[in-house]
Amino acid sequence: MFIDYSLFILFLPLLAFVIQIFFGKKLPRQGDWVSILAIMTSLVLAIIMFFSMISSYDPNFKEEASFTWFDMGEFKIRLGFLVDNLTIIMLLVVTLISTCTHLFSTEYLKGDIRYSRYFAYLGLFTFSMNGIVLANNLISMYMFWELVGVSSYLLIGHWFEKDSAADASKKAFLTNRVGDIGFFIGIMLIYNAIGSFAFGDIFNGVASEMITGTTLTLAGVGLFMGAMGKSSQFPLHIWLPDAMEGPTPVSALMHAATMVAAGVYLSVRIFPILTPDALLVVAYVGGFTALFAASIAITQRDIKKVLAYSTVSQLGYMILAVGTGVYTAAFFHLLTHAMFKANLFYGSGSVIHSMHHALHKKHDHDTDPQDMMNMGGFRTKMPITHWSMLLSTLAIAGVPLFSGFLSKDAILAGTLSFAQHHPQHFLLPIFGFGAALITAFYMFRMMFLTFYGKPQMPELIDDIHESPKIMTGPLVLLGGLSFFIWYTLPYFNFMSSHGWFTDLVIPRDSSVPGNPSAEYISQGAHHAHHLAMYLSIAVASVGILLSWIVYIKRSLSADAWSKRLGFLYHWSQGKYYFDENYSKYLYQPTLRLAKKIAWIDWELYDKYFINGFGKVTNLASKVTGKFDYEAIDQILVDGTAKIANLLGRLLRTVQTGKLQNYVLYVTCGLIILMIIQTF
Amino acid sequence: MDQLNNYLYISAILFSLGTFAVMTRRNGIAVLMGVELILNAANLNFVAFSRFGGMNMDGHIFSLFVIVLAAAEAAVALAIVINIYNNLHTINVDDAAMMKE
Repeated sequence: MFIDYSLFILFLPLLAFVIQIFFGKKLPRQGDWVSILAIMTSLVLAIIMFFSMISSYDPNFKEEASFTWFDMGEFKIRLGFLVDNLTIIMLLVVTLISTCTHLFSTEYLKGDIRYSRYFAYLGLFTFSMNGIVLANNLISMYMFWELVGVSSYLLIGHWFEKDSAADASKKAFLTNRVGDIGFFIGIMLIYNAIGSFAFGDIFNGVASEMITGTTLTLAGVGLFMGAMGKSSQFPLHIWLPDAMEGPTPVSALMHAATMVAAGVYLSVRIFPILTPDALLVVAYVGGFTALFAASIAITQRDIKKVLAYSTVSQLGYMILAVGTGVYTAAFFHLLTHAMFKANLFYGSGSVIHSMHHALHKKHDHDTDPQDMMNMGGFRTKMPITHWSMLLSTLAIAGVPLFSGFLSKDAILAGTLSFAQHHPQHFLLPIFGFGAALITAFYMFRMMFLTFYGKPQMPELIDDIHESPKIMTGPLVLLGGLSFFIWYTLPYFNFMSSHGWFTDLVIPRDSSVPGNPSAEYISQGAHHAHHLAMYLSIAVASVGILLSWIVYIKRSLSADAWSKRLGFLYHWSQGKYYFDENYSKYLYQPTLRLAKKIAWIDWELYDKYFINGFGKVTNLASKVTGKFDYEAIDQILVDGTAKIANLLGRLLRTVQTGKLQNYVLYVTCGLIILMIIQTF
Repeated sequence: MDQLNNYLYISAILFSLGTFAVMTRRNGIAVLMGVELILNAANLNFVAFSRFGGMNMDGHIFSLFVIVLAAAEAAVALAIVINIYNNLHTINVDDAAMMKE
């Protein structure tokens, strides 16, 4: 039953995509209702699956179906679908956020020139994301992985008339490709050793030591590279902030809640095959990204850029959790983060929408509607947006009573316990808590600059209005989902994450022999839990307080401090000049190399080899041409024609055209035949 | 006279006369008459063989068919001859040779 349902969930958005791409423009309302109907049906099915999961309450539930994709004797590839509790939760997240995005977009993109195509791409994305979630093997996951990349490319470049959007879409696609090469190498290493792509076979193969040591570490790191690309981890983080060129609802769906979480999902899925060395790589990449992206977010002025770097940082958190072994905490953070971060993006979309309309009314086309320095004091003008965003900000900052507190706490506890067991890795909790501090600071900076204080552009404030109901609906829903209660039911405990989630998604032992058992890891995390909780509450309150002092009380001047910390500020503002350095040390040398190779190709290979070959061919063709004309044409072909001509002339005389002559010939012939018969 | 050969002789004579007429006459109508003679020679053979060869009624039925066909053929052929006359003012078959060139 679950497989059937999930197939419907998978293919309905694809159907909507096909209908939209071919007939979208001809349908009434440009066919947005087709997409909405499809995604809502998927959502209902996902909710049904979710509730039957809750009612059976079985942490070991698993349903798998597979079929042979192609079969060439020894080489056989089987694809299939796997439904377990992880999948069901993920399907619900994807369809829920996707539905919200569909609804939100009907207003946000009203009157857009490629309205129907936009909805088509949303359908394609939902299809491929669900495909990743449902895959039970690496190869079909890889296929859907690339499909997700394509739909991301298409949607970031939705307004491709803008150069920045077109460039951003290319950048996103190409940066992802770098990670995907690693992913593919990882898949091949594993297939080479184990001979199967299915997760179950791979785990068994690793457990029976068919692949060990460095090879397994390399395979794990390779697979993780795919996750680094998709989840925008350092040093492949450069594409996600630029991806904000896409429409804001798309940012909420793909670049905050679901697509970038695919990397985390992959890491969670492959956790059992990661060796201790690979796990360390994962942990350091994640931890460093968390702190590093947070430090960039502090100085950004564009509201969406702040959220983008915050997303990178939170994804770093999840990766850090996988690396330290508490991978269910990573998935828990993925779930809570999807809700509150999508909501923050919808909120920013609502603000930008309203700014855009206000600026449009003033015929002001130069002011950036996304710059927070142009906002301020929107609290009373946009109450629903304000409250909803405030709830989600409290959640992401890790304030008790909100969902983010629980999941962040679980991650930090895992990290702390990891450092307690391995004191040489003391940097990891510093990354974690440092990022938590900075997150609280910059998120409230964003809230304060946007909604509080005096309006920075007083002439606009009268034209700022709350967005229409279809946009505030998702805001109310997802804002409500930022409370802790939804994740800890049926228990009421805002201090620990114990609830349906922890009951249904239980950590499993790693397949790699010698890795600590799940029991050992969760015991450690449990012991570190209280310390982590107090520390995380402390850093969150310090961050919020600092933000309040700087941006509300204004007793510490942000400008003065930025001058005092000159180079740090500029580094952060300039995103540590990653784009510039990549360009200087990576792209430009590559381009120069390409030009050199092109020169060799053109000057040497083309001119001498290809052209020389051409000349030889030319000569040969002239000789054969002469032979063809002189010998074959003149003698053989024309000779045949001449013979035919002669014969024709001779036989012509018989053909008099007189019927009676013919009868005479016939009769003569008959008589001759009869005479021959007689003898 | 009650011999098969006698009928066959008469039939052969008729056939030869018909063929001669078809080959030598220039007049279109006369050519048609020759064709009729050939057909009737064949009819005579059918009937004769039917009578002496023990083939019951088969020969009779066949000759009836031939008569019907001959009538149809005569109708079509005469129509052609009339058309030739209308166009060329002659019924000499040698003159109806416009398609030769």
